[in-house]
Amino acid sequence: MIYLDNAATSWPKPEPVYRAMDGFMRHVGANPGRSGHRLSIQAARVIFETRESLARLFGVDDPLRIVFASNATEALNLVVRGLLRPGDHVITSSMEHNSVMRPLRGLEEQGVELTVVRCSVDGCVDPRDFEEAIRRNTRLIVMTHASNVVGTLFPVSEVGAIARRHGVLFCVDAAQTAGAYPLCVPSACVDLLAFTGHKSLFGPQGTGGLAVGPGVEKVVEPLIRGGTGSRSDSEHQPDWLPDRYESGTPNAVGLAGLGAGVQFVLSRGVEAIRAHEEELMVRLIEGLRAIPGVTLYGRSNARDQVAVLSFNIAGIAPSEVALRLDEQYDIQCRPGLQCAPIAHRTVGTFPVGTVRVSPGYFTTGEEVDVVVRAVWQIARSG
Amino acid sequence: MVLFHSISGALRAERLLMAEGLPLKCVPVPRHLSSDCGICVRIDRADEVKAEAILRRGNLEHQGVHPMEPEGP
Repeated sequence: MIYLDNAATSWPKPEPVYRAMDGFMRHVGANPGRSGHRLSIQAARVIFETRESLARLFGVDDPLRIVFASNATEALNLVVRGLLRPGDHVITSSMEHNSVMRPLRGLEEQGVELTVVRCSVDGCVDPRDFEEAIRRNTRLIVMTHASNVVGTLFPVSEVGAIARRHGVLFCVDAAQTAGAYPLCVPSACVDLLAFTGHKSLFGPQGTGGLAVGPGVEKVVEPLIRGGTGSRSDSEHQPDWLPDRYESGTPNAVGLAGLGAGVQFVLSRGVEAIRAHEEELMVRLIEGLRAIPGVTLYGRSNARDQVAVLSFNIAGIAPSEVALRLDEQYDIQCRPGLQCAPIAHRTVGTFPVGTVRVSPGYFTTGEEVDVVVRAVWQIARSG
Repeated sequence: MVLFHSISGALRAERLLMAEGLPLKCVPVPRHLSSDCGICVRIDRADEVKAEAILRRGNLEHQGVHPMEPEGP
């Protein structure tokens, strides 16, 4: 089997991830930080160590500024719904996933003003367009770090500098990049970084969160309120991090796995992971580009994108291509709109969609060659 | 006893203080100090000034330092 759906969920995971989760369930298992006994402290310590690793990965000084959520979608909802009020203005791009677009469209119906900056047909954005869209009431720019449809990397530092200059908060959706592409959150002027655990951080599904910049918690309301194990005498939500945004018993076993995944990323180094994936992408792009009848979307340049590639074969529906890849060649990929209708409108593939292939760190060059041959055979057979 | 806003804060303090070689222990918060169900950090009285300096450097706010009498016989 060749698994090329890492942009949806990475698989397989590094061995320590399986071990950490099994070990947590068997030997720790208690409710983190609620009870004060040794197992409870140990559970809390495992979660704290995951915070520490993520803080290191993102260049954040204080691990308490890493807040956990069940995925990037929840983290993004926390940001936009916790910050924006009717009459506020928010700017985003025309390459976003529905994890950004749907909450924003929902808020638009409640009186939040929304500007969608148009991207080019290859999925690129001009940072100046963000600056021109800023108004007196602009509170937030929310933008992806890399498209989940065509992989195009977005100019985070440039847009971050613009946002900072205008006193606008800047939120980045790093679902496709955290662990796969280097990013120093403070130096890129990112106020809120939403990440997911189950992609390039190699954690299990149901993990993710937010890196929260200094002071941002004063203006972003929590999405969920409840028990935190702290200030149990009060009926009001604490205002300190991470408790302000973390209520209820967390996914501790998931965070144990995520911690092991992030440790793996740190031990290999994001640069080394990136180099491997870039090599795979060069091979994939060159191979697919040479096939008659195949159209590649986006930049189709390994340097400008993460390990995500969208293509179509003339005359064959994406779902049919994916079905044949799966059944005849044992290759897993993802056809369709990938939860990003606006991105497909931008690159001209709406409503049919594309075939999306996304190699990962554990994909080999030989596997990429097998995929190229399979696509070639499907294209030839028509 | 050094109290913190949250267990995460106490664990960060544990990290910062351990890195400087201060002997410490994470223990449940004594009932008479707080209603919190969490933990706090127990250090030697003699290390108090040093510990406060380390926490300040780490930009970690605490909720108060409470002297404790040695436990009875």
